[in-house]
Amino acid sequence: MLHWFNQHFISLKAFYATSSALLPWLITAFSLCFAYGLIAGLFFAPADYQQGDGFRIIYVHVPSAFTAMAIYAVMAVSGILTLVFRMKIAAICMSVSASIGAWFTFLALVTGAIWGKPMWGTWWIWDARLTSVLILLFLYFGFIALQSVIPDQQSRDRAGAIMAIVGVINLPIIHYSVIWWNTLHQGPTLSKLAAPSIAPDMLHPLLAMIAAFLFFYAVILLLRMRNQIVLREIKTQWVKEVMSHAS
Amino acid sequence: MNRKQKRKLIAVMCLLVALSIAAGLILYALKQNINLFYTPTELLQATTTPKQTIRLGGYVKKGSIHYDASGTHVHFTVTDRTHDIDVSFDGVLPNLFREGQAVVTTGNLTAEKQFEAHEVLAKHDEKYMPRSLAKDLQKPIVR
Repeated sequence: MLHWFNQHFISLKAFYATSSALLPWLITAFSLCFAYGLIAGLFFAPADYQQGDGFRIIYVHVPSAFTAMAIYAVMAVSGILTLVFRMKIAAICMSVSASIGAWFTFLALVTGAIWGKPMWGTWWIWDARLTSVLILLFLYFGFIALQSVIPDQQSRDRAGAIMAIVGVINLPIIHYSVIWWNTLHQGPTLSKLAAPSIAPDMLHPLLAMIAAFLFFYAVILLLRMRNQIVLREIKTQWVKEVMSHAS
Repeated sequence: MNRKQKRKLIAVMCLLVALSIAAGLILYALKQNINLFYTPTELLQATTTPKQTIRLGGYVKKGSIHYDASGTHVHFTVTDRTHDIDVSFDGVLPNLFREGQAVVTTGNLTAEKQFEAHEVLAKHDEKYMPRSLAKDLQKPIVR
């Protein structure tokens, strides 16, 4: 089992080959989910009874926020693999994920503000949900800054791993912020174990968009990881061979 | 997994547990500061001075919205279904403001159960449904 993993995912050379095979499938999956989610969300989903067409920003806002948190979770798990097992591929996954996560967090904050102005009456309020998501953005910035000031590759990986693990404490706080404290931000629509409090016509495009954003992250992640693999292994024979084939 | 890896894994787990406890205690201690607003019941129990700016949150009581002749000044009652507080406000109300809707208002108490707001924000609930369904839900059930 471990051997099979090593042959396909863990060794940098094997990962490079596996990711080449995976990428077309991920791009296809992203395109299908995104096309369905976008068209169904913008044109076929009925307008909301209170917000009218303004609710449609949910199809960007919720997937961005979800993906932003999922990326941080991926970074924390990669951090543990880096710290405990010294897995190089995990360290690469962790460090290239940070800027993608920061952009999704930014997108979630901006779309939330654009929705908040007409619906709530304000762009921003310092309630527990908004503040904890802003902290997530700062965690991403901190991680990027930390990694960029350490010149040695191994200490950079380890410092980043510790930061990623420590910051993961923010994820349950973001999720439960609307339950533990009273906030202006509404409670969760989807994460309840009970039936979601959204009509099925509106729900399906939302789930498709969440899947599309996750596939998009996977595609960008693999592309950036391949870049890093080539950079780190530039002096090895196999990279020279791959590069000579490519040119 | 060799011994060194096992030791490191345990150390990471201990770090996470310690962090959660620390974060939990801090957040618990700051609970009142993290809450965005007072509910009417909390506000009546709290010790506030008349000039202190505070946030009051709750539901707009059915049938309590009254506009002045000028059309910009509005009175309504905020309730948490136990206690009511009368709010007066001069300004633009957000889109989602209506009877039964949750709101968060910023302002200060002027008298017992009288609140002067300088900002009114609408709180959206987590329910999303099409207009046709919302209309159907309001119809009496025909047997």
